[in-house]
Amino acid sequence: MELIIQGIIKAFELLVTFDPEVLGITWLSLKISGTATLISLFIGVSIGTAVALNNFFGKKIVISIINTGMGLPPVVVGLFVTIFIWRNGPFGFLEILYTPTAIIVAQAIIATPIVMGISLASIQNLSPNLRLQILSLGASRLQMVWVLIKEAKLPLLAAVMAGFGGVISEVGASIMVGGNIRGYSRVLTTATVMETGKGNFDIAIALSIILLLLAFLVNYLLTLIQQRQHPR
Amino acid sequence: MKLLRNRKIIITWIMAVLLVTFGASSVFAAKAAPKQKNIILATTTSTQDTGLLDTLIPIFEKQTGYFVKTIAVGSGQAMAMGQKGEADVLLVHSPDAEKKFVEEGYGFNRQLVMHNDFIIVGPASDPAKIKGFKSALETMKTIAKTESLFLSRGDKSGTDVKEKALWKKAGINLMGQRWFQETGLGMGQTLGVASEKKGYTLTDRGTYLALKKHLGLDILVEGDAELLNIYHVIEVSSTKWPKVNAPGAKAFADFMVSKKTQEIIKTFGVDKYGSPLFFPDAGKKVEDLGK
Repeated sequence: MELIIQGIIKAFELLVTFDPEVLGITWLSLKISGTATLISLFIGVSIGTAVALNNFFGKKIVISIINTGMGLPPVVVGLFVTIFIWRNGPFGFLEILYTPTAIIVAQAIIATPIVMGISLASIQNLSPNLRLQILSLGASRLQMVWVLIKEAKLPLLAAVMAGFGGVISEVGASIMVGGNIRGYSRVLTTATVMETGKGNFDIAIALSIILLLLAFLVNYLLTLIQQRQHPR
Repeated sequence: MKLLRNRKIIITWIMAVLLVTFGASSVFAAKAAPKQKNIILATTTSTQDTGLLDTLIPIFEKQTGYFVKTIAVGSGQAMAMGQKGEADVLLVHSPDAEKKFVEEGYGFNRQLVMHNDFIIVGPASDPAKIKGFKSALETMKTIAKTESLFLSRGDKSGTDVKEKALWKKAGINLMGQRWFQETGLGMGQTLGVASEKKGYTLTDRGTYLALKKHLGLDILVEGDAELLNIYHVIEVSSTKWPKVNAPGAKAFADFMVSKKTQEIIKTFGVDKYGSPLFFPDAGKKVEDLGK
């Protein structure tokens, strides 16, 4: 108990003194996971919508694969990304192993199926009559898709939150492909693991609290956007 | 296919994704040093958990302009990275495996950097009554005979290899022994497990001293010549792996054995723990250590 209180005090201390290292780590976490979520949003929403709106052979299998991907274990992603991008691997020429870019790639791979699965379900959940109605009003197919996406805004923002929540809290892939390099690819989760290993439990708790605060803030902002037009 | 009619949308999305990706990578690329400025140092957890590298690396970077990517894993994994050419330089403590590594041509210029020692720690209650034993092998035998809980790293790190060699020398078969448990974790975490479960474990002195205040573990056996813990720096072969940053690796190895660095190692940790965590050994012979 004493340790937890110490940790909370330490978190407060690190935050109010604007500890440059902790601020840097926090900012990097936000930047990496934010970019990864953004990428997953583009890929996830577009493919999710495409799958939802089209009927094709094997659609159920594709949806099952996407839904399985929602539970993709970060360490598995980390392992495969590492093998693909290490120096002598197929994408070794990119030279991105142990860089923040590598973490973005891995996290985007983790978040994409999450965003895709939720957007797929939310678009499918819209009444099929709505599509007919929009088209009968003379909208082009592109315009129809846009209206549908806007109509499914609520669950789509939930998809963003789920995707972001999945990657900001993820440690297995970040430590493998990022290497936890000080001042370069060290993010909140990998720093927490390291400080725990070092026995600096107060700093580890402090970093966890900062991570929770960050996740809360981002989700709060997204919720504000989500609930804007739905006051009741 | 209806999907084809969506081509325009899809192409737009792909363009947007590419833009974001490259935008993001260029932001980070601006921060990264030029290509061959990067050195990947694969090392053991003990050098990071004690904080030694956090002291040394910034000095090296400032002196030379290189950017060091420290990947702290066990010695076993560090050498595996070296074998695949995925690291440029190694700082490890697993002498027998290192010799093999160099003999097989994966690395060269193996230089002695420093040593400390392994110790056997355990709960103050000491159920196997090993406190004060002078011989490490006797200690292992007694722990096995009394079937006292022993926590092993089990991760092929330098410490793990050392421990397994001690069990073998003591003639103990570990297969299926319930008192023998492998954590698969780093040294710091394994010490934590040993402390919680009131078990014995073998640790390097540096990590133990750095974590001591959180642990309910005492030093029970120390000082046997069997328990020396020796760190070498090895440059990874660039003839085998052309992508290895050979000049960078050499610069780092030279730095580790330089007089100034050795001075820092000598005093590192004295202010915090009351005694040094490592003893500098550059230029010495392994046979002369601990005398």
